[in-house]
Amino acid sequence: METMLRVTDIHAAYGAVRALHGVSLEVAEGEVVALLGVNGAGKSTTLRAITGLMKPTQGSITFRGEDITGRKPESIVKRGLSLVPEGREIFSTLTVEENLRLGAYVSYSRETYREDLEEMFELFPILKERFTQAGGLLSGGEQQMLAIARALMARPKLLMLDEPSLGLSPAITDHVFELIAQLRERGLTILLVEQNAERALEVVDKAYLLSNGVVEASGTAAEVKAQVDLASIYLGGEDSDGTGVGM
Amino acid sequence: MIDLEFVINTLSLGSLYALLALGLVLVYGILKLVNFAYGEYLTIAGYAIFLSATALSFPWWATMLVAVIAAMSVSFLTEFAAFRPVRSKSMDAMLVTSFAVSIFLQNLVLIVISPRAKAVPFPAFFSDTVTVGGATVPVRNLLVIGTTLVVLTVLSIVMKKTVLGMAMRAAAGKFETTRLMGVPANTVIAAAFIISGFLAGTAGIFWVGRSASVDPITGSAPLLIAFIATVIGGMHSPVGAVVGGYVYGLLFNVLSITLPASMISYRDAFMFAIVVLFLLFRPEGIVRHGYIEERVG
Ligand SMILES: Nc1ncnc2c1ncn2[C@@H]1O[C@H](COP(=O)(O)OP(=O)(O)OP(=O)(O)O)[C@@H](O)[C@H]1O
Ligand SMILES: [Mg+2]
Repeated sequence: METMLRVTDIHAAYGAVRALHGVSLEVAEGEVVALLGVNGAGKSTTLRAITGLMKPTQGSITFRGEDITGRKPESIVKRGLSLVPEGREIFSTLTVEENLRLGAYVSYSRETYREDLEEMFELFPILKERFTQAGGLLSGGEQQMLAIARALMARPKLLMLDEPSLGLSPAITDHVFELIAQLRERGLTILLVEQNAERALEVVDKAYLLSNGVVEASGTAAEVKAQVDLASIYLGGEDSDGTGVGM
Repeated sequence: MIDLEFVINTLSLGSLYALLALGLVLVYGILKLVNFAYGEYLTIAGYAIFLSATALSFPWWATMLVAVIAAMSVSFLTEFAAFRPVRSKSMDAMLVTSFAVSIFLQNLVLIVISPRAKAVPFPAFFSDTVTVGGATVPVRNLLVIGTTLVVLTVLSIVMKKTVLGMAMRAAAGKFETTRLMGVPANTVIAAAFIISGFLAGTAGIFWVGRSASVDPITGSAPLLIAFIATVIGGMHSPVGAVVGGYVYGLLFNVLSITLPASMISYRDAFMFAIVVLFLLFRPEGIVRHGYIEERVG
């Protein structure tokens, strides 16, 4: 399998607060990879650096053989890399339809747009019902569906999801994980950020465990599961000092 | 007291103020920047009419077209040359830049043209009066109402129906996420400045038309009015700006007719008192949310 995304030793900081101290990871074509870690481990920062929302101070990022380090987010999306951001970030004053239309900003053509919409309605029937409603009126679960659909409208080659189950009820969380399994079956390459390590490891091929801005463990889902005391990461979401992770 | 003349004059003043406020808010919504150079775009529109009418002998309609195009171009150029390079820096840097651009443009016309006021030619019908249902009103006042109606209608169609309009509305709430959709930041911001310049240019024609003269600080008063109108109406949505413009127009005209003659010169002081009351008791303005409260869970 060919490597789709290669992150090599990236460092990143928010002003004086250093968030990443050399993170490296790889996602191969067709693979589903998890990026795990407690609150503040640097998961979202890693995704921000990959999408170009943040410039790494050091290190490099290549996507499908091309160096995209420090490029603008808009040019990175165009290359086929879409993010479902943490907290969903729905355009709340825009209708569901308009959210999806903006999602298709880079992929739009008259013919494919209708097809892609129909496909989203199939995956997320609720969006058809809510089509003309403002995004802000949707429930949390519905907003998450919309955020995923919006990212898919760009026809990404790699889909990155930042804690898609955060704040959702157990039933809707199940639904989100089923969906990820479904997308995986269709051959979509996925990088999934989760605090819920146990659930994530059920649907991924490979995982990286971040702690305090460095990769602490990595390997196949089974290897990482064996290496790491899962309960402590999962519960460790409460304390962010990182000591909850046993190796 | 509340007769047709009052209604038409209030609508006309309100329309002018609504255009002014809207232009300021469109840029504020996206960049969270109060553009202090905004008033200068009106000044530029005034000088554009002056120059194209006197030096180039353009017909009146062409001078107005030139005015709008000049304001749009200067607005875009200030974005491109001044704001864009400092955008990644701090908000303070942007604010200082907007002051600098304002002073630069004032001094530019002062040096290049003249520090003194110039008479700006307008067609005669502009200041003619007509009788509408028994009320005598200047044609100019009817024109500004009609123009504003057309501009607001077209603008709301653009914002609702075009992808660029959607992107601008999206960016006003979530700028980064809009970029994640692939919408270039520069495109959205440049569009906001160009539309802002269009509104300033259009308002500029009517603003300058009232006194038929322009000088380097013509833009100061309309900037202040736009700012006050947005404080009254709400900084966070275009609807708020328009509402604020009309409410300001109404308050101003009500004060004008209710204040005793001896106090009329304190009208501005009353307006500021009203603004202070708004800031104290309703800092978010009349239109509380241009957005729907986010639901969580
Ligand atoms: N805007 C910011 N300003 C300053 N520091 C920040 C900012 N965002 C994140 N940080 C810091 O960077 C580090 C990494 O944060 P990041 O958001 O990447 O963590 P995370 O793994 O995504 O956590 P969570 O699971 O809570 O989303 C943390 O120490 C955090 O406090
Ligand atoms: Mg995060």
